[in-house]
Amino acid sequence: MLRRTLAIALKELLQLRRDPRTAFTLLAMPVLLLFIYGYALSFDVQHIRLAVVDEDGSRAARDVTDAFLQSGYFDLVGYGHDARALDPMFASGAAQAAVVVPPRYGDDLAARRRPELQFVLDGSDSQTATTILAYARQIVASLSPEARTGGAEGAVVGLPIVWYNPDLASVRFLVPGLLAFIMMVTAVIATALAIVREKERGTMESLRATPLVAIELLAGKTLPYLLVSFVAASTSLLLAHLLFAVPVRGSLLWLALVMLLFLTVSLGWGIFISTLAETQQVAFQLGLLSSMLPTLLLSGFIFPISSMPAALQVITHIVPARYFLVALRAIVLKGAGPEVWWDQALGLVAYGTAVLGLATVRTVRSL
Amino acid sequence: MSAAAPVVLAEGLSRTFGAFVAVDRVSFAVSPGEIFGFLGSNGAGKTTTIRMLCGLLAPTGGSATVLGLDVGRQAAEIKRRIGYMSQRFSLYSDLTVEENLRFWGGAYGLFGTAVAARIEWALATAAIEAQRRTLVRELPGGFRQRLALVAALLHRPPIVFLDEPTGGVDPEARRRFWDLIDELAAAGTTAFVTTHYMDEAERCHRVALMHAGRLLALDSVPALKRTFPAGSVVEVSCRRPAAAMVAIERLAGIEEVALFGERLRVVLARPSAAGDLAELVREVDGDGAAVAPVDPSLEDVFIHVIARAEGRAA
Repeated sequence: MLRRTLAIALKELLQLRRDPRTAFTLLAMPVLLLFIYGYALSFDVQHIRLAVVDEDGSRAARDVTDAFLQSGYFDLVGYGHDARALDPMFASGAAQAAVVVPPRYGDDLAARRRPELQFVLDGSDSQTATTILAYARQIVASLSPEARTGGAEGAVVGLPIVWYNPDLASVRFLVPGLLAFIMMVTAVIATALAIVREKERGTMESLRATPLVAIELLAGKTLPYLLVSFVAASTSLLLAHLLFAVPVRGSLLWLALVMLLFLTVSLGWGIFISTLAETQQVAFQLGLLSSMLPTLLLSGFIFPISSMPAALQVITHIVPARYFLVALRAIVLKGAGPEVWWDQALGLVAYGTAVLGLATVRTVRSL
Repeated sequence: MSAAAPVVLAEGLSRTFGAFVAVDRVSFAVSPGEIFGFLGSNGAGKTTTIRMLCGLLAPTGGSATVLGLDVGRQAAEIKRRIGYMSQRFSLYSDLTVEENLRFWGGAYGLFGTAVAARIEWALATAAIEAQRRTLVRELPGGFRQRLALVAALLHRPPIVFLDEPTGGVDPEARRRFWDLIDELAAAGTTAFVTTHYMDEAERCHRVALMHAGRLLALDSVPALKRTFPAGSVVEVSCRRPAAAMVAIERLAGIEEVALFGERLRVVLARPSAAGDLAELVREVDGDGAAVAPVDPSLEDVFIHVIARAEGRAA
């Protein structure tokens, strides 16, 4: 039993070595995707085009401008003394945000009359606008002398304390999801082709005539890819840690376990597709379709599951990446142990058993 | 036939797919060391029969044993003990000769020194030692076929099933392949071969003729040819064979006329029709035309047997 499984596994590895395209897809693609998406995919807003209208002209007014520029998020695109100049700038998109410093701002601030700064935002992209507003609030808060000196009255703004991701960098939230996405897609595609290839080339008929049984064939087909995908996933995680400062606060052992569980589910899903499809082309498309979109939309990768409609929340349970993501974020971001994510791991175990079981049944029928 | 227990024994073996009868109550026995040919056109039921015998397809009627094991109930045991070379390409073209052999050995549970010794045997037997590190995709067709055969023999099966093994290779490569089968049979391996090539069937010890799922005849090649009375196959040489052919086809007592180059091959329903034929040929073609008796070929037998069976059916 073990020998025959090993024979298949060795053969798969040899074939993988001779097939640079598949080897590349499995090993380099995850890293490449992480690199590209990691930089492109960010909800953080930078280089906000800021216009300043200074109707006061005092030193305090200039402090406002400086504070915005020193935050690092804003680029000054216009400076003037008349608010009417803002209209064309917003219409053309030359400015995304503007600060209007009212007359007598400096005097009012010195006299603690709580002067009001007007903040103008282009709200056509609400997501970006919300982020800019949050930045602006922090900056404005830092302007009042009380905030700086820690005084308890006047213009003090209560600053929220954010855990795990103090600067709320979206990359830390997104990269684990990205990892799950990349692992799912590459693993599914790799194995989706594994059995259908034998069918297409005609070698399946000869395998059928050997004493090989379904479990040996499936195990022999899955194990090499599990090894290769695990290496690719670990490399990606390391890269995410180095490039995007994604912390790994939890135990590496638990992390490896959860990753292996998730990879087994993904590979099992691919194998299952492979037993359904008759041609490599169909297998590839089924694999891509069934792994990419659900993982992208329904796993909580980008859109939080808790803010989905109830019906959709139920559907997310059929997306394996959903379980993995909760566990992965808990482990890397919060350093949580199994007492927090055991149910997610159990979900993965159940999922893997189901898909591999289905694949075995399908293979037994065709063997 | 030898007194030893048959390696393959089929009794009323049948397989239907819905309303279609692929194999219809076929019975035969194959002796140890025999080269047993299954001759028939595409769709005759050859592959279905071989797949049932290899435990790949369950029979829907009758029974069969291979090495004394029942094909319906002991398929797993049969798979362990037989060799099978499928009609479709059974090697991995992106692996080398040696890697393929190692894999197929492993699929039968052979590992380590056991498989190493058998790989050497296989390379020597198939005369492909020099190509051991060549990728199979770079191997000529004839080499691949020999490799596929020895790959099916690594676990020393007493019988090997070959399903149309020589499709798409040249005659010289086919001849070498059959020399190899002869060698193996001489060493005691039984070979069960399906084919639709007459020259291959001629090299079998016994040939079963399959048509439309039924076994129409089964005997050695010389015995099959003797089913024709002497003188019932003649060759006609004449100047205008095409015109002569049209005339001959109208003559009574003619079973079959075929044009081979400048000659006509005529199968007579009875040898006495030869005189009428000679007269007719001289009439349409002139006195130079000649009619001479020839030995019947296996193809003549095949066509004759099918025609007779279909005549009976109609």
